[in-house]
Amino acid sequence: MDFDFISKTFVRLLAALPLTLSVWFLSVVLGGFIAAGVTWMRVSGVKPLELFARAYILVFRGTPLLIQLFVVYYGLASLPAVRASFAWGFLRDAFNCAALSLALCTAAYQAEIFRGALLAVPHGQVEAARACGMSRLLLFRRVIFPIALRYALPAYSTEMISMVKATALVSLITLWDVLSVALKIRNDTLVTYLPLILAGAIYFAVNYIIGAGLLALERRLSPHLKPRLT
Amino acid sequence: MGDLAIFGFGPGGWGLALLEGALMTLLVSACGLLIGAAVGGLVAWARLSGRVFAGGVGQAYAALFRGLPELLIIYFVYFGTSTLLTETSRLFGYEGFVGVPSFAAGALAVGAISGAYQAEVFRAAYLAISRGELEAAVSVGMNRALLFRRIIAPQVLRFALPALGNLWQVALKDSSLISVTGLTELMRIAQVGAGSTHRPFAFYLGGAVLYLVMTVATTRVFDIAEARATRGMRRATG
Amino acid sequence: MPAETPALTVDKMHKSFGQLEVLKGVSLTANDGDVISILGSSGSGKSTFLRCINLLETPDKGVVTVAGETITMRHRRDGRAEPADRRQVDRIRSELGMVFQSFNLWSHLTVLENLIEAPVHVQKRPRAECVEEARALLAKVGMSERETYYPAHLSGGQQQRAAIARALAMRPKVMLFDEPTSALDPELVGEVLRVMRALAEEGRTMLVVTHEMGFARDVSSRVMFLHHGLVEAEGPPQELFSGSTSERFRQFISKERG
Repeated sequence: MDFDFISKTFVRLLAALPLTLSVWFLSVVLGGFIAAGVTWMRVSGVKPLELFARAYILVFRGTPLLIQLFVVYYGLASLPAVRASFAWGFLRDAFNCAALSLALCTAAYQAEIFRGALLAVPHGQVEAARACGMSRLLLFRRVIFPIALRYALPAYSTEMISMVKATALVSLITLWDVLSVALKIRNDTLVTYLPLILAGAIYFAVNYIIGAGLLALERRLSPHLKPRLT
Repeated sequence: MGDLAIFGFGPGGWGLALLEGALMTLLVSACGLLIGAAVGGLVAWARLSGRVFAGGVGQAYAALFRGLPELLIIYFVYFGTSTLLTETSRLFGYEGFVGVPSFAAGALAVGAISGAYQAEVFRAAYLAISRGELEAAVSVGMNRALLFRRIIAPQVLRFALPALGNLWQVALKDSSLISVTGLTELMRIAQVGAGSTHRPFAFYLGGAVLYLVMTVATTRVFDIAEARATRGMRRATG
Repeated sequence: MPAETPALTVDKMHKSFGQLEVLKGVSLTANDGDVISILGSSGSGKSTFLRCINLLETPDKGVVTVAGETITMRHRRDGRAEPADRRQVDRIRSELGMVFQSFNLWSHLTVLENLIEAPVHVQKRPRAECVEEARALLAKVGMSERETYYPAHLSGGQQQRAAIARALAMRPKVMLFDEPTSALDPELVGEVLRVMRALAEEGRTMLVVTHEMGFARDVSSRVMFLHHGLVEAEGPPQELFSGSTSERFRQFISKERG
């Protein structure tokens, strides 16, 4: 075992982790905002908005992320209309395209999670709040949102982990994330397994930490679901 | 060539190539799903067996293939099996590089990933079977094989169908990643077409439309299968 | 004697669900201290009537006045009625305390937090005052030791008593009870009825939709019997229970007695 090689490779891979994590973080957060908007449209009761939201979710969940990524990065860049517009300053950068495309994709999945969580809020508790005279805004803020949040956390945790795995695709649009660096090392040194194994270990560790963190959050927010210690 | 003409079926038209790519996508995804069913069944069996070691291995497998990026796994399987084959053939005296066909590597990778999720689906479906029904079968004298074939397997399938429909969609989308191995499935064809005609927007958008059509069509098929399989079963909804 | 403003009046309320007319013109006047039991078989419209008073359901026709304030309604373009002023509805709701059949305590809050939630956030009263009052109410319903419990850890009877305290914490002018004991195991019904009786003896104005004949006969000051959306009989319990003129009511009681 060439420990020197292993540690050098590991260090090089870790150096690429910030890029992976920043793409992940930006896309999850941006996706969350877009998802909130899409969910609002979906439950609005206004037919055209609902249809748009449903179409959005269908398209972004029904097509591979890779092709969505290529449409944004390669496709939009080739359109003269895009190159001439103000958006070009943003879209010419691979990182921006990656964050945008991943955000649009996760938004569709997050919107479905939000919708499921909203539907799971027991109707009786909503009625009790209305019967107390809570305005719609107060009702959402104090009752619907907190309860829905607790229902959404498990599925949301899964989605956040899916997004970490999705960042690996940015290696195909010239970004130097952990996977790209691993593949480069393999190309340069012709060592097949090791770089990929080390990269895998890094991804696995990141996912583990995120999963454990969200589980802890879930536990903290749900003392009402644990058995009572009398 | 005009905008839509490149998708046509005449000479210079990519319509046929794209459809062939779509067919390849369906084939490799289906093979992946089947491999996943076999793997998933095995892992579920390991976890349900009650044996600590088997259960542990099963859980580790599932955790591994759910915690790693799909693209990484595809590279690993593709390069890894090629290297493995090359090394083994060297033992037999063959000196050159032996490449694993990208279809096989791709289906294997997608199957290995799908299997990790299918295991959980099968496990939950099995646990959902009412103990009473199993007891009734045993008390009329069914042996283990008969019990599995006539009671357990059909019920597991019925319970698992909705989730399997979902996993099929996932396999379909994962198959686009196999393009990195050069397999001429839809994503790869779209890529080649985009590069060759310098019209990436049209090709990637067109490819996306084809994927969407496949997703929607196969979802319908699964819905029909689900409706037929759950005839007479009480459901939580509707 | 100067005319007192009634605590609650309902004037000719109508409500249909699609083709089915559930309320066909029900009126009610409740003065301060009245305890009115609303009886009727399923489908008579009694729960709907109660829920229309605080607009959890929107009545098609009819006027609701709480402590002299009338809820203004208007008609939408499609002919359906709706409240004209959402803020007025919220305000009036905060003056009515509702107790539900399925308790409906907020699952993510402790008992104490359930009680102070509306006083603090809807009525905007200072938190310390709300907590103090909440504790007094919990003592009244016998739930003091469980103020830090979550609803999931309470029995049905405990949850309902907490729910009653929650409604009381709003300092309501009228309490609305929608079949408060129907979802409880028989042995837990008593503890809730005891609390309700204590409230009645205190002089609370209460409207109670119930199947508990004992409560209707012994505790209420008036009984209203609904049949197919209309008031079939109404009056003091002694009058109705000891030989009512209404044949249907007599049939109803004999069925309930089982």
